[in-house]
Amino acid sequence: MRAYENIAGPSPSVADRPAGQLPRLLPAGFAAGPASLAEHLGRYGPLPPPRLDRAHRDALLGEVEGSGLTGRGGAAFPTARKLAAVAAQAAPVVVANGTEGEPASAKDKVLLARSPHLVLDGAVLAAALVGTREAVIVVHHSVREILDEAAAERRRTRLDRVRIRVVTGADRFVGGEASAVVHWIERGVPTPTARPPRLSERGLGGKPTLVQNVETLAHLALIARYGAAWFRGLGTSAEPGTMLVTILGAVNEPCVHEIAIGTPVRDVLRLAGGPSVPLQALLLGGYFGRWADAAAAAPLPFSAAGLAPVGAGIGAGLIAALPADACGLAETARVVRYLADESAGQCGPCLFGLDAVAEEVQRLAEGRTSSLATLRRWLGQVDGRGACSHPDGTVGLIRSALTVFAAELEQHAEGWCCATRAGAVLPVPPRGPR
Amino acid sequence: MTGSARLRVDPIACDGRGLCAEILPELITLDDWGFPVIQGDVPGPLVQCAREAVRICPKLALHLGKVPLQKRR
Amino acid sequence: MNAAAAVAGSQGLWFVSRASGLALLVMFSTVVVLGVAARLGSAPRRWPKFAVPEVHRTLALFSVAFLALHVLTAILDPFVTIGWAATVLPFASGYRTLAIGLGTLAVDLGAAVLLTSLVRARLGYRAWRGVHWLAFLAWPVAFVHSLTAGNDLGLWWVTVIEWGCAIAVATAMAARVLQGIRHPRSAGQRSASYDRLTPQKGALR
Repeated sequence: MRAYENIAGPSPSVADRPAGQLPRLLPAGFAAGPASLAEHLGRYGPLPPPRLDRAHRDALLGEVEGSGLTGRGGAAFPTARKLAAVAAQAAPVVVANGTEGEPASAKDKVLLARSPHLVLDGAVLAAALVGTREAVIVVHHSVREILDEAAAERRRTRLDRVRIRVVTGADRFVGGEASAVVHWIERGVPTPTARPPRLSERGLGGKPTLVQNVETLAHLALIARYGAAWFRGLGTSAEPGTMLVTILGAVNEPCVHEIAIGTPVRDVLRLAGGPSVPLQALLLGGYFGRWADAAAAAPLPFSAAGLAPVGAGIGAGLIAALPADACGLAETARVVRYLADESAGQCGPCLFGLDAVAEEVQRLAEGRTSSLATLRRWLGQVDGRGACSHPDGTVGLIRSALTVFAAELEQHAEGWCCATRAGAVLPVPPRGPR
Repeated sequence: MTGSARLRVDPIACDGRGLCAEILPELITLDDWGFPVIQGDVPGPLVQCAREAVRICPKLALHLGKVPLQKRR
Repeated sequence: MNAAAAVAGSQGLWFVSRASGLALLVMFSTVVVLGVAARLGSAPRRWPKFAVPEVHRTLALFSVAFLALHVLTAILDPFVTIGWAATVLPFASGYRTLAIGLGTLAVDLGAAVLLTSLVRARLGYRAWRGVHWLAFLAWPVAFVHSLTAGNDLGLWWVTVIEWGCAIAVATAMAARVLQGIRHPRSAGQRSASYDRLTPQKGALR
């Protein structure tokens, strides 16, 4: 399996490459700016014209199912099943979710900035599959102009039968959650809504809504061109295909790379220039992910099955490297404080519980307390008690920290810490007026 | 599991007033912040009390039904 | 039946109408105060939390009986012509149109509040709550009706009751409005950082 290569000059079109070659989603090399429509079509070939009749829809849906594509937004839900559920309803609408509320993750922004047309292809295709002419794409403000230009380019050339609307996403952590995105588009309020009813039954404007991560849609656009077998050419048989990962922290060249699912973690770290200092632990998945011991995780394949032995998953495709001279508890405390402040504030256990838990984790990090009893009690009371997975993800992060940083906990209980690094490793946006 | 009904709370509507826990202490306890923790399967003899709890909730946040709990994403 | 007995019967009906009206004012005022108390959670600590809301509900339903008595005795009184239409249509009475009309208006508003409360679960929380605010309109209308349609303000204790009810309800209404301004979220227990978090009102429901 060949890893990402830095190729200078125009890249051969993806269709010419054998299946086992990266990159698929991103243009090779780091040429400045997004791929124009012409460049995009030159690289990938034309999008198969989406015929809306039943036979072709079913055939394409079958191809998606055969590919084993799952959602790349963090939940990894089988895409074909989601498409089928919405396609079975009348008058649906498609929402492409590029909000990326996770502050440490940059994969959706990079994908939209470099290959906007691939994502738009996927959105248009999804719209044709579920039987609608309406698609909304929600993007981070930093790439809004690029998407506006790409959508305008397509309108000028009358490329699509689907009307694409570009919306700037909310700059909040929970803003990326599926029902929060719909709520944001409808009412300008980026908070999750109560379900039932499911979004696939009643969502945007009361219509059945398909919410799909932008990376998932990009993969969809490629499957429609090259087929399920091509897609399965990389990745594992249980988790086929490629994914974008954000690699940050104590690595030499933090950025976003595309990898085949199942690539060993240490190889993924090498794509970012390898660790810059000896590592203590890795945060896998995102701020709702799990800490894992660096040495234990390094040889493992970066896949859901591969990371299961250390209790982690691929999440939103993020690997953050924690250096050995940093304090894992202090980092966790900062992130948890951020997550608690980012609560939508709608559900009591999340609003009050996460705040209390954040205070408690801070006290543990500062050595002001050594008892875990209260914290564990509160974690049990917060887990699963909100309308979305915000409290669950935070609880999972903390529990993994208590396991991986058990030695630090003992040190702090005795009144000292082995960390010498003062600066923060994990990015946490500053609190400011909204 | 022979519960004849399923009790669940809408966490967004719920304001932690605590009336439900008074009516149905067998199935509803309050967490450290006053919000209900619900043991969802309602056995037959308690269905009447569960209906009472649903009625008395000032925010109409409790729901009783035969439908299994909605699994969140 | 001779004229004297007819007049005595009429007097009796009128007496019952006025008495039930006064009782209704006290009951309605109590219901409003209890309703605000239920919303604010202000009750003796030992009481179960469902006590105040349930008494509010029960008393409201009970007062319907007194309302029926009050309205029927007024309509059936041969001394004055109010007419059956005036039971539901405001300002349809020939006798003291404005005063009686206000009473009818109060009944219409109160009926809306009561009926929506009976089907609250089917209606949904927001619709029910919107209509329930009409209670704050129904009470002043009923109060003015009691001042204009009643003849008993000459009695000192009637005046005391009227004042008492007015002060109690005004206090309750003020408390409710103040709560709505200060704390858009209703009172659950608060963490130490609640006030730090609440400035983000735009994001809170």
